[in-house]
Amino acid sequence: MNALARIATGFVSAVVEAMEELRIHRGRVLLSLVGVAVAVCALATVVGAGAVAEQGVREVSERSGGRAATAQFNVNASTPPDPAQLNAAWGEVLERYGIAYGSRIVYGQLTVQFADGAVPVATQAVDPAYGVIHRVRVSEGSWFAPGDAERLAPAIVINEPFWDRIGRPALATNPTVELLAEGGVTAVVVGVTPKTGEWDTEPSAFMLADAYAAIPASGSGGMMGGQLPSFEAWLDQNQAEPLIEAIRRDFAGALGDGAQVDGFRSDYAAFGEDPLLFVKLLVAGVAVVILLLGALGLVNIALVTVRTRIREIGIRRTFGATAGRVFFAVLMESVVGTFVAGVVGVGVAILLVRSPLMTMVLGGAELEDLPGFPIEAAIVGLGSAVLVGALAGVLPALAAVRVRVIDAIRF
Amino acid sequence: MRLVEAIDVGRTVELPDAEPLTILRHVELAVDEGERVSIVGRSGSGKSTLLNLLGLIDSPSEGELRILGEDARRLRGARRDRVRGREIGFIFQQFNLLPGRTAIENVQTPLLYDGGASFWRRERIAREMLERVGLGERTDSRPERLSGGEQQRVAIARALVRRPRLILADEPTGALDLETGGTVMELIEEVAAETRAALVTITHDPAIARRADRHLRLSEGRLVPLDDAVPAGSPS
Repeated sequence: MNALARIATGFVSAVVEAMEELRIHRGRVLLSLVGVAVAVCALATVVGAGAVAEQGVREVSERSGGRAATAQFNVNASTPPDPAQLNAAWGEVLERYGIAYGSRIVYGQLTVQFADGAVPVATQAVDPAYGVIHRVRVSEGSWFAPGDAERLAPAIVINEPFWDRIGRPALATNPTVELLAEGGVTAVVVGVTPKTGEWDTEPSAFMLADAYAAIPASGSGGMMGGQLPSFEAWLDQNQAEPLIEAIRRDFAGALGDGAQVDGFRSDYAAFGEDPLLFVKLLVAGVAVVILLLGALGLVNIALVTVRTRIREIGIRRTFGATAGRVFFAVLMESVVGTFVAGVVGVGVAILLVRSPLMTMVLGGAELEDLPGFPIEAAIVGLGSAVLVGALAGVLPALAAVRVRVIDAIRF
Repeated sequence: MRLVEAIDVGRTVELPDAEPLTILRHVELAVDEGERVSIVGRSGSGKSTLLNLLGLIDSPSEGELRILGEDARRLRGARRDRVRGREIGFIFQQFNLLPGRTAIENVQTPLLYDGGASFWRRERIAREMLERVGLGERTDSRPERLSGGEQQRVAIARALVRRPRLILADEPTGALDLETGGTVMELIEEVAAETRAALVTITHDPAIARRADRHLRLSEGRLVPLDDAVPAGSPS
């Protein structure tokens, strides 16, 4: 058997010995490791729940500012450009840079005839890609499909207060609403967005930009009621800055002299701050304190246990256990024990983080992309457990090897 | 082959509030392969100290101790532990079985420190050894469920499982009745003979001492031949 095989055998036999010790002393081990398991569970839960909460905050941020990296472009010109030229220039730029998701956005207003009277409704005129860029959630029906642009009666996605005002009709029945415009316009409700909060009480709607522009009343005085749209594009985060610059330049160039285009990122990631950082640090700090307390308890029990095992260690030494081997075996007992506690702790953390209650508390039920239990949470949990085991094992291991064999067997 | 040799060995221990205590003085002893030696003496005469020296558990204060031809002073640290584990088997008066472990787990213990192929085959080797000492049916019994004789047989199996060349037995029958003690001694001798291991037995039981080839007595720290030695094989 070569030296490497002997070392491997020595390592395996030390682990086997450690596991045997843990089995023999399972009562004591269980008691001493409860603290470690709880602390590891807390640590892993913090990291895991943090990922879910972070995703929640990210999605909320993305609903308003767009996914990372969303860039917004605004056109300034002394004389408003021709709408057809503007649309063509935007379309060319998207195609040139292979951008799959781009949208025009106009914040406008539609006058809707409800049963209790005509009400002005805040309306966003957008392209279908807006739904992807801003993670628009639809609780009933669906977001705009490509074919919706071809409808003779424009498609409309309304919010829940709007839906309440028209009596919450089933969308399968293709409910319509009357828009007060020149000649009268009937819009078909294709989707309903959920309420975003208690304050969300006013009706609002999304409409496709081309359909909005075609409504006679709003179309008077220029494109989309005289407003110039702003433009949004979802860009590769790694190339966002050079792309924004190129798009801004090409877009302005296509619109001719006198036109200026501003471009900037509007997504949350552009600001680079973690809104959950303070909470995460606080809870992680508490978990670290629990972990340290668990380690202290572990050291205490391990030191007392080693003293009661001095004779046994002496007997083992008479059968050839070297001081190094005794040190390693006692250390391994602690490490193997805390590793097992770590596995239990991480397992409980996974169950906790994935439990429906926790998902609901963290807002995970509303997440579009519910993240899996993060691997870094498991690594942090297990790593901390093993580190605590190693640190807590050193003192008893030193105590075990300091005793002379002759004194140990007489102990 | 000479396994162990003590040349003018002495052992003195320092006491906290008294003069140093000399336990052994001018000890001369040579043990060859396959030899059976018994050492008798009164309580406190230094029998166990001598055994500890021969077993590399303790070091002499004076003189030279040679193990397998090598000066024991040159055997230090892990090498000393490995030589002890590989070449020497201990049998204690109080058995010293590891509590909470079954018989087979106790017998496997020395094989955990083997570092060779024996580690991987430890269960089979331990089982064979227990069968050899007549405990093939009690492999999964814990020490507290075994009689004194059975416990000592487990201890014998554990001492011999690595096939040591030197067996050191410290009052191996001290905790057993006469009949069981005789049976246990027969077993130790049989197993030692199978591997041609030398056997050094410390006892204050003349009947056990007589079973050896050579009989020695420790008196006032000195090792001397036992005057009234009876030839081996005579009825005790």
